[in-house]
Amino acid sequence: MDEAVVWLTIFVLSVFVGVEVISKVSSTLHTPLMSGANAIHGIILLGAVLVTGETDNDVALVVGLVAIVLAAVNMVGGFVVTDRMLQMFTRRKPKPAPAREGEGA
Amino acid sequence: MPTWVQLVYLACAVCFILALKGLSGPRTARAGNLIGAVAAVVAVIVPFIYLPQRGDLDHVPLMVAAIALGTAGGVYGARTVQMTQMPQMVALFNGVGGGAAALVALLELHEIAPNAGDSGGVSWFTLAATAFTILVGSVSFAGSIVTFAKLQELMTSRPVVFLGLPIVFGGAGIASIVLGVLTVTDPSGIDQVDIGIVLALLGLLLGVLLVLPVGGADVPIVISLLNAFTGLTVAAGGYVLQNTLLLVGGTLVGASGTFLTLLMARAMGRSVANILFGALKGGSTLGGGEASDRPVKSAGPEDVAILLGYADRVIVVPGYGLAVAQAQHTLRELVDVLGDRGTKVDYAIHPVAGRMPGHMNVLLAEAQVPYEQLVEMDHINGDFKNTDVVLVVGANDVVNPAAKTTPGAPIYGMPILNADEAKQIVFMKRSMRPGFAGIENELLFDPKTTLLFGDAKESLGKLLNAVKGL
Repeated sequence: MDEAVVWLTIFVLSVFVGVEVISKVSSTLHTPLMSGANAIHGIILLGAVLVTGETDNDVALVVGLVAIVLAAVNMVGGFVVTDRMLQMFTRRKPKPAPAREGEGA
Repeated sequence: MPTWVQLVYLACAVCFILALKGLSGPRTARAGNLIGAVAAVVAVIVPFIYLPQRGDLDHVPLMVAAIALGTAGGVYGARTVQMTQMPQMVALFNGVGGGAAALVALLELHEIAPNAGDSGGVSWFTLAATAFTILVGSVSFAGSIVTFAKLQELMTSRPVVFLGLPIVFGGAGIASIVLGVLTVTDPSGIDQVDIGIVLALLGLLLGVLLVLPVGGADVPIVISLLNAFTGLTVAAGGYVLQNTLLLVGGTLVGASGTFLTLLMARAMGRSVANILFGALKGGSTLGGGEASDRPVKSAGPEDVAILLGYADRVIVVPGYGLAVAQAQHTLRELVDVLGDRGTKVDYAIHPVAGRMPGHMNVLLAEAQVPYEQLVEMDHINGDFKNTDVVLVVGANDVVNPAAKTTPGAPIYGMPILNADEAKQIVFMKRSMRPGFAGIENELLFDPKTTLLFGDAKESLGKLLNAVKGL
């Protein structure tokens, strides 16, 4: 099988998984979910490390280090701020919104 | 890449899926976030273990220092930000992520450009993915900075539109496509890295132009959209670097982020296209954003205390103004006192109360409001007609009947709380200034409406004392 097709397969399957796992989220959790997803794409830090570690050019090194700093802010800050949001939920034993009796709209 | 490294990355990818899954349920959310964080940290440590022994990783001390610096900055920002300012913090984190991805792609272009076109060299698809990462990463960076400025009120939160904006936007869009094609075809005589840099600059311009026309109330949806953009950018970067974890992680965020954006837009009764381009059609001309001098009925805390103290049923509509005044604790005390007097009190939570979906729940949970008292819009809207007093604290657009009655208003079609159906409405406001969407609220001039002017925290304090004295 062509190698590009393997990558395409991973991509397409990931799209479906990405939509499927969050499809039942209640609106209360939209903000923390967005923030958590935001932190996950901070994994670009790994890419920044791999690229910067290979370079032998001074300008490229500086650019790479800037990328590492930015990516680390994204990743670490993202997870910490998400945890701060969620701390407030866990203290109160929240229950999912649909469990409530509807009284009509 | 050794097999064990690939297996670790596979495990990390699974953890990311579990993290998103966890984050979408209230009980599992915190654990989900933790799983994601652990996986990300492990994934970043791995190259420091296996690459140096092969001599493939230089500058280790500098890179560790850069990571430490970014970590310190991120932790500081995340720890110190006020809960009210969280949405713009998320925007900022998203923006720097997009910027990092664009820089990584530029560096990779610098590495691979000399090999492009050679036999067994770099495929056109890799070059296209690189150009995509540079462009969209820059869009995400610049767009997020503008959303940050809007939410932080460093600039006007109203839509900014100038004559010819669509033309400039279209021109920059076409230019970036041309440059993308140039990157792939690799014409002789032009340095591909130079093309990449111009592409990044165009991306910055596109990002600014994309977000400028978006009105303040819609900014959260744009944050979510840009979040999805960054995810796709990281996925493309993963293909360029031939790293499966980046591909999977980025794609997961891109897909779930896009879906989440649609969910949020639906909660506001808007379409994403309308949010991005609505202002360009001149749809938001209603309301000048100035204070009106039409007559209103205002009252002091004692009068409002009597209204509330002898009501059987009260619904509180909290909004961003409550959060800004840090008055959520005082409000909770007031509601507790009313509850002790036998009044049934609930909080009506509009899906986008605050600045983002779920924002208000977080703020009130911080003030120890029992979760059962927070009622979502669909479940409480039928109750308003049997309600004696609706107390609107620092909210405006979410109870503005213009959303139902005035086609052409920027918020037309957004589901609102039916506060206008209650017997009495009390608005606690600092001034007559319109809400975040910049439109006047007819409800303020309704004969059933009483206004209590002043800082929300101060007014609530006075109200609390007055109710206790009844």
